[in-house]
Amino acid sequence: MGFESLAQYLLLGLHIPDGFLSVPVAALWWLLTIALLAVAVRRVGTLNEHQVPMMGVMAAFIFAAQMLNFPVLGGTSGHLLGGALVALLLGPWAGTLVMACVVALQALLFQDGGLLALGANIFNMGIATAFVGTWVGTALLRMFGGKPWGLVGAGFVAAWISVMVAALLTSLQLVLSGLSAAVVFPSMLAVHLFIGIGEGLITAAALAFVVSTRPDLVTSLTSYLSPKAVRRPVNRGALAAITGVGLAIAVVLALLSPLASSSPDGLERVAEDQGFLERTQDAAYNLLPDYTIPGIDGPISTILAGVVGLLIVFGLAYGIALLIRGRSATSSADSTPRASPGGRTGA
Amino acid sequence: MTLSSAGLERYIDAASPVHALDARVKLLLTCATVLALGLLPPGAWVGVLAIAALIWWAVLQARVGLGTILRRAFVALPFALAAVTLVFTKPGAPLFELPLGGLRLTATDAGLVAFASVVVKSWLSVQAALLLTATTHFTDLLHALRALRLPAVLVAILAFAYRYLFVMVDEAQRMLRARECRSAELPGRPGGRNLGWRAAVVGQMVGTLFLRSYERSERIYVAMLSRGFSGELRALRSRPLSTTEQGLLLVLGALLAAIALLANVL
Repeated sequence: MGFESLAQYLLLGLHIPDGFLSVPVAALWWLLTIALLAVAVRRVGTLNEHQVPMMGVMAAFIFAAQMLNFPVLGGTSGHLLGGALVALLLGPWAGTLVMACVVALQALLFQDGGLLALGANIFNMGIATAFVGTWVGTALLRMFGGKPWGLVGAGFVAAWISVMVAALLTSLQLVLSGLSAAVVFPSMLAVHLFIGIGEGLITAAALAFVVSTRPDLVTSLTSYLSPKAVRRPVNRGALAAITGVGLAIAVVLALLSPLASSSPDGLERVAEDQGFLERTQDAAYNLLPDYTIPGIDGPISTILAGVVGLLIVFGLAYGIALLIRGRSATSSADSTPRASPGGRTGA
Repeated sequence: MTLSSAGLERYIDAASPVHALDARVKLLLTCATVLALGLLPPGAWVGVLAIAALIWWAVLQARVGLGTILRRAFVALPFALAAVTLVFTKPGAPLFELPLGGLRLTATDAGLVAFASVVVKSWLSVQAALLLTATTHFTDLLHALRALRLPAVLVAILAFAYRYLFVMVDEAQRMLRARECRSAELPGRPGGRNLGWRAAVVGQMVGTLFLRSYERSERIYVAMLSRGFSGELRALRSRPLSTTEQGLLLVLGALLAAIALLANVL
């Protein structure tokens, strides 16, 4: 295993090299990253010094864990980004620092991602994945922690969404730097729909393994889980079901996203030529026609549409989750009440 | 073979003026080079050439092999695929048409220039960063980062991460080898069950690696305590930059600023 093959593994990720971001965009994200890292350093600084060697070794762990891959289809392989996993295990601020060190090391040692683009890369792959992973993961655990598939499901969804958010941010920065929104958004998101599934599966299985082996290490998560869920290593059935559902969603979205591009010479042109445009223009686009927001022009509109779309998808998923929870709560109203540490009561 | 014995580390103990230069100067100049490249407008070929000349002059001074640096700098090239689309999306005078399936893509001159600029700038930026990595010990780089006011906690985490990077990578490779050894495959029959099963295996490997790393960090901390660690990481005080180093920093920094400015004004 040499320098090159390691670099190849890592290249699958989202590391933006120098030259692709315009200086104002790079500077903006450097400022955001510095501000958030300063908060993270302050937060962690109030903890004991025990954390420093731990977070350093954790950064090395993420680096090594990114090499553990598994064959998916053909020559492609799934591997880990790790932001959601480390944030769920160690908390968002410590996770942010660990991931920032991982991304910085990749840039400084392996030229994986640029120096000018480092601020954006740390933000996308460190800060955003850690916080999105924690928010989504704990919100889902609060609702489903007691279920047999609760931990696996929450880990998968949190990791998948964290990868999608990282891809969305990367696309946003590239588009703000002058690349074509009609090309960057659909292609980045379509590729990461699938990469996110690998991330989600590994994160879910790793979480389940750690929680069942050393529940004392992840007290922040075990408070959401029933004792039965803690003792179960990996729920095979749940993992298989999630693989199927995830693949189905990814295929559908990936097939739709190029159609939604507003590029006049994209697939839509083909559709127009072939006369099947009317048939494809169904409910999926009525809300945000052509992936743009009416009244606003240019790439900003596409970007806003992307963000709004993601928010809608998340809101929908969250709402459905609340509905399921509400229904099962009424059907088992007399079961023993679980401690709810987040203080969330009802939907 | 371990990670540490591979790659450009073999040049790191060579003797050259660039190797001997203070890490702070090298770090600042590398950042300035990358920034200057970023500030060049598309098509500013004279400016690109001037910065390239500076980088190549430094590479020759460092005696790490210009060919090696040029070749290794292609590491970021796959990302250029994202920029290829610039050729067809940027408005400008049409150059040629590319029939692709049922649709025709029109290449423009402005698009071609923008694409070439992005690729060349990216390639040169990686060269500058490679030169820094190839001529500077990472520990020196960490001291430089600390001297440039990176918080001590972050520098300490980076130092631990670098120290245990190779240990954990070796650990991961042993796990991968163990998986290979146990994964017999009959000819004509695919090994390993479905995708979910394979992912679960890797997930458990990642979980195991996490626990081993965590427990290792606990042992490290205990070892540090038993050697008198008081919660503060100490380093030798860095010396101030010499007049020559300050001069070099100013001259090259001004040169890069001038190139970036002229390319934008002219």
